[in-house]
Amino acid sequence: MAAFINILLGGVFHAAVLFLVAAGLQIVFGVQKIVNLACGSFYALGAYFGVTTVTWALKAGLPPFLFLPVLIASGVVLAVIGPVIERLLRTVYDRDESFQLLLTFALVLMFQDIMRYFWGANPQQLGNLVMVYGKVGAGGVDLPVYNVLVIAGSIAIALILGGFLQRTRYGRILRATAENRAMTEALGVDVRRINVVVFTLGTVLGTVGGAFVVPTSAASLDMAVELVVEAFAVVVIGGLGSMRGALAGALVVGLMRAAAIALYAELELLSIYLVVILVLILRPSGLFGKPAE
Amino acid sequence: MTPRLTTLVIVGLVALVGSAPLWATPYHITLMIPAMAYGIALLGLNLLFGYAGLLSFGHAMFVGIGAYTTAVFTSKLGIRSFELVLVASAVAAALFAIPIGLLTVRYVRIFFGMLTLAFGMLFHSFLFKFYHLTGGDSGMRVVRPTLLGQDTQELDKIAFLTGPFFLYVLALLVILGLVMLRIVHSPFGLHLKALRENARKAEYLGVTVRRFRLAAFVISAIYCSIGGVILAVPTGIADPELAYWTHSGNLIFMTLLGGFTNFFGPILGAFSFILLQDQLMSATQYWRFFLGVVLALIVILFPRGLMGILESLMARFSRGRS
Repeated sequence: MAAFINILLGGVFHAAVLFLVAAGLQIVFGVQKIVNLACGSFYALGAYFGVTTVTWALKAGLPPFLFLPVLIASGVVLAVIGPVIERLLRTVYDRDESFQLLLTFALVLMFQDIMRYFWGANPQQLGNLVMVYGKVGAGGVDLPVYNVLVIAGSIAIALILGGFLQRTRYGRILRATAENRAMTEALGVDVRRINVVVFTLGTVLGTVGGAFVVPTSAASLDMAVELVVEAFAVVVIGGLGSMRGALAGALVVGLMRAAAIALYAELELLSIYLVVILVLILRPSGLFGKPAE
Repeated sequence: MTPRLTTLVIVGLVALVGSAPLWATPYHITLMIPAMAYGIALLGLNLLFGYAGLLSFGHAMFVGIGAYTTAVFTSKLGIRSFELVLVASAVAAALFAIPIGLLTVRYVRIFFGMLTLAFGMLFHSFLFKFYHLTGGDSGMRVVRPTLLGQDTQELDKIAFLTGPFFLYVLALLVILGLVMLRIVHSPFGLHLKALRENARKAEYLGVTVRRFRLAAFVISAIYCSIGGVILAVPTGIADPELAYWTHSGNLIFMTLLGGFTNFFGPILGAFSFILLQDQLMSATQYWRFFLGVVLALIVILFPRGLMGILESLMARFSRGRS
């Protein structure tokens, strides 16, 4: 039983991080109709930058228990790259979506070497900082408090994002743009600004996701391309463009992966793709997506 | 360009490449082998992308199938006849492509891309994780095949690659290129183009959309697997990276670099990509960054690729003359 709960909690932690990246992918796809392969690169960048910032802050005399806020801040600071990349993507908005996808693939290639340039090919770690917050546990269940904080943080972000999209005026405008861009523009909304805001939001969700994960596992160059396929799996299972779908999909993928690793490690990724293919066959628009065409 | 002039240029280029053992260094000849292998793979991929308008992000899977078939045949089963390996890999690719195609061609655009990516990654994780079957991340050894029944064990590796194997691969490229030329100019190829332009209209005119897309999918898979067979021989290994999704991305990159709107674009793309990668790799360890820059420039400024640039230069030249 305890082993089972440990697997479950491991899955939920992974799902929490995955949700953030997938939510970034979803909001960008929902509003801009671009499938952003570079979301994994933002995630990796967030992880690397997080290591650097926290290491630097600790050296400057930051008390270790404050590392989490610094980590989050480092993720948020990376928002600055959002508008720059959006400017690049703007050149292909009116093109076929194959070209948009390929441009984000070009970004994946570029980011991989940008990170290699700054941080080298070796994985970067934050040491044993996770344990600063201690552990909770009872009856064989054992969980670092840090993981609880990340899960809580991810839930908080999900709630804020949901509230923002559903309840605020700006959120309504975003949803309207996702629904019908031309009409929204005709009604006087500056859609170009919306694009910048949405892409930056998508970027930050990715970088914060990466920052969250780095105390528990090292930042490496492969994490970008590895996470993309998982984030893809999440949005396909949940349904392209749907936030609720991202949440459900992240839970499915996170739990699936944790269960597969525990039961039969060879099936780790295989099981995820099988679910993806199953969903695409049985319910092509995903669990929460709108039927396409 | 008139058809006759095109034919002349192509024959000239094939003769030029074919005579490479006389004038090029062994290094450059061995570099041309993967270029020709990718040329074959991309001819197939472009039937799907350029003609049928379907962007696959999973065709590296079929390259992997070709490479692993070669490995299984030459090192596990001890069957070293290259012709048999080619046939077997084509059959294997078709066996995978038919069910996968049946499922994926129901979708177009981004869904098709994502579904093919999922299948590709399914195959990759099988290669990667089932260590006892596939050798996992260390891959599977490929033994030198016999060509047309001729054993070439007395030649050293470079002599084999730059001599008989090089010419064999060039012949394959020419034959498969001619076959593909027939395909795209056949009614089947024209149907595919009609589908890309307006699927609904084509359907009203009696084109069975899915069947045509499926056929294109299977043909493209076979071409990619043959490319994979050729790639595996010089490296001597079937590597799971061949089936990874970024490799699928590279395949599309090469197609776009050469120009997907032109029949010969993919071949030009394969050669220029290999050359570019080789130059970049010897110049800097950050070659991926510059590849990314080139891809971004192509996507933004020259969506019709190098062939598109050539075509517009030629159009300007002939306008200036008349």
